[in-house]
Amino acid sequence: MNKIIGKINAVVLAALMAVSGVAAVTGVFNTNRITAEAADDTIVLRVCNWEEYIDTGDWDDEDTIDLESGSIKGENSIITDFENWYYENYGKKVKVQYSCLGTNEELYNMLTLGDDYDVICPSEYMIMKLMAEEWLEPFSDDFYDTSVANNYYAKGVSPFIKKTFDENKINGESWSRYAAGYMWGVTGIVYNPDKVTEKEASTWTIIDNSKFRRQITIKDNVRDSMFAAVGAIKADKLKSASFINSPDYHERLAEEMNDTSEANVDKVQEYLQSVKDNAYSFETDSGKADMITGKVVAGYQWSGDAVYTMDQADEDDFQLNFAVPEECTNLYFDGWVMLKSGINGNSEKKQAAQSFINFLSMPENAVRNMSYIGYTSVIAGGDSNVVFDYVKWNYGAEEGDTDVVDYPLGYFFSGDADDERYILKVPREQTYRQLSAQYPTQEVMDRSAIMQYFDAEETTRINQMWINVRCYNIKNVPVWVWVLAGIVVAALIVLSVKLKINKKYQ
Amino acid sequence: MSFSRKYLGIPYGLFLILFVAAPLLVLVYYAFTNGQGQFSMVNLQNFFTDPNTLGTLCYSLVLAFVATAVCLIIAYPVAYILAQSKLKRKAVILLLFVMPMWINFTLRITALKEILSMIEGNLAYYPFINTIIGMTYDFLPFMILPLYTTLSKLDKSVIEAASDLGADNFQTFIKVILPLSVPGIVSGVSMVFLPAMTNYVVLDMLYNSTYIMGSLIGSYFSAYDWHNGSMIALILLVIICIVTLVSGDKDSENAGRGGLV
Repeated sequence: MNKIIGKINAVVLAALMAVSGVAAVTGVFNTNRITAEAADDTIVLRVCNWEEYIDTGDWDDEDTIDLESGSIKGENSIITDFENWYYENYGKKVKVQYSCLGTNEELYNMLTLGDDYDVICPSEYMIMKLMAEEWLEPFSDDFYDTSVANNYYAKGVSPFIKKTFDENKINGESWSRYAAGYMWGVTGIVYNPDKVTEKEASTWTIIDNSKFRRQITIKDNVRDSMFAAVGAIKADKLKSASFINSPDYHERLAEEMNDTSEANVDKVQEYLQSVKDNAYSFETDSGKADMITGKVVAGYQWSGDAVYTMDQADEDDFQLNFAVPEECTNLYFDGWVMLKSGINGNSEKKQAAQSFINFLSMPENAVRNMSYIGYTSVIAGGDSNVVFDYVKWNYGAEEGDTDVVDYPLGYFFSGDADDERYILKVPREQTYRQLSAQYPTQEVMDRSAIMQYFDAEETTRINQMWINVRCYNIKNVPVWVWVLAGIVVAALIVLSVKLKINKKYQ
Repeated sequence: MSFSRKYLGIPYGLFLILFVAAPLLVLVYYAFTNGQGQFSMVNLQNFFTDPNTLGTLCYSLVLAFVATAVCLIIAYPVAYILAQSKLKRKAVILLLFVMPMWINFTLRITALKEILSMIEGNLAYYPFINTIIGMTYDFLPFMILPLYTTLSKLDKSVIEAASDLGADNFQTFIKVILPLSVPGIVSGVSMVFLPAMTNYVVLDMLYNSTYIMGSLIGSYFSAYDWHNGSMIALILLVIICIVTLVSGDKDSENAGRGGLV
């Protein structure tokens, strides 16, 4: 036996070595964590970002994006490009120490345990929390100065995003002072048009629709699940004309969607308990694959993942569509912020950190990242047309397309919804497919709300609600089970006593 | 200074202090403090008053119990036949049973998911059964190996003596073989039962959306509630200790007496 194991071990080992050899040559391993051997004058920038959330280069020729303004291709990773760019522009060496985060909560736990980073990329509610708890370093005054050539973020950020970041405040300070957007999107439902109609998919109540029992996936985190549940519970109110036409519609919508009152959380709990029985699964990542393989007919997705799912399904000649619920949609962001504890008053480091954000905001780099990640960049490009050209290149109607419609994106690119420069001509199907997920229409954005971060008391209440939904409540155990368990335990005791007595007489 | 063999134990000693003792102390600290860092028994009280944590504990126990029972029922005959047989290729067959352990377990569960989907049509209708199947699939080798080891060491002359004294096959099994294999059963059971209580990856991957102890602890930690999370982990540890002590007791008792003959 040892001999056999030895032989098999040898084979496995050889195979492993072969694989790792190939990997080392092609550089599969060099993207995860780039450790720096810092020379004295090198600035070390510690960046923490989501996994698979930045272009790692090494594109094939066929991946090249051919735009009117020139072609874009990722040769090196964005990180390497930044290091070179920084040296060329500022004459200083910078070394990026890149690491990845799994969830916002994990990041927060790491920070409280004393892990230090200079630049991190959490989601909007974590940015709000970090802002409120004064973790963050504000941007320097000239960060938003559009006359500085290298201020690509200030020059390129979409007016729509800029407005959102200016208007949302924590403790009287706007997000803009501390955070620069990276990717954004909305939440919605990816569905199989053969099984689900657009109307059925355009409401949050689909998650509780018994017609699709055990055929719909939901996100496995309390915030996303709660948002959908609130949308479903308040569906009638949110869709009523009197509500939509009220003058302070947006404020009221945000208020309704962030309702953490005890009464509402109780309702959400009850609703999610019934959803748990109706859904296929609460998923974190498996929903995309289950959608593509046809195991489920509809799934609750973030828009970026929805684009990815539809793209993958297209490759298998299997059509999936995207719908944004009529009630409301969750507008979410991931954004770059600097940590006070990391920057620690070091102005060189702060400049490098801000330059890193600006470099990512160069239209070409935004396109590279978008193409790699599949999410939507907050960058509209400003004077540069690269981003809009990319959208056109991706989704625009081609000659020979018969059913072509206008798709205005002025609200995002110039801040003017009717701007004629930004009206795309697209095949009609794009109005309910990838484009509608990657760049939702103004009409969809009108019914979007940002989910706030919740204070300690609210967080406790919501987490308890989630635990109540997910746990097996001992009070639900039927009487006969208790009786049965009692009988079994009694039998075991009798048996062991009997054995003991037998032993005595042996 | 002369070299003593004791020094060879230093690496393990360090390992023990750094990765076993220290985290345990941190766990105990968090379990018995509240958010302000003061000593508190609230977390302990929470555990025994919250119907959810108690329900989850029961659910985990039932799940682990059923999975262990299924493993035992499948593994015992296999191990017995293997140990008794005079097959030349015994080692190869045993290897076949153990081989799944060499494949990454998420990969195996993914494959299982596809197979179950094919059989059941829609996985989500049978979360409990699927979890049991997944856990059995995952932990079966851990049950077979100790059973096989114990059974193959079994003295054949004892069985011959039993039949000489007039016991039929069934009686021989019940009165001789089974009691003699108790040490194997105990170590197999503890190797399956304990991880089955906390291995929530299997549940997640097979779409059982009810929490077990592992996922409950995880959910407290991701909600920044280190105190209640630590307390649940600590109580689980105590339960495991009790289970191990009780079974270990049985183990030595039987080994000492050489069976119940």
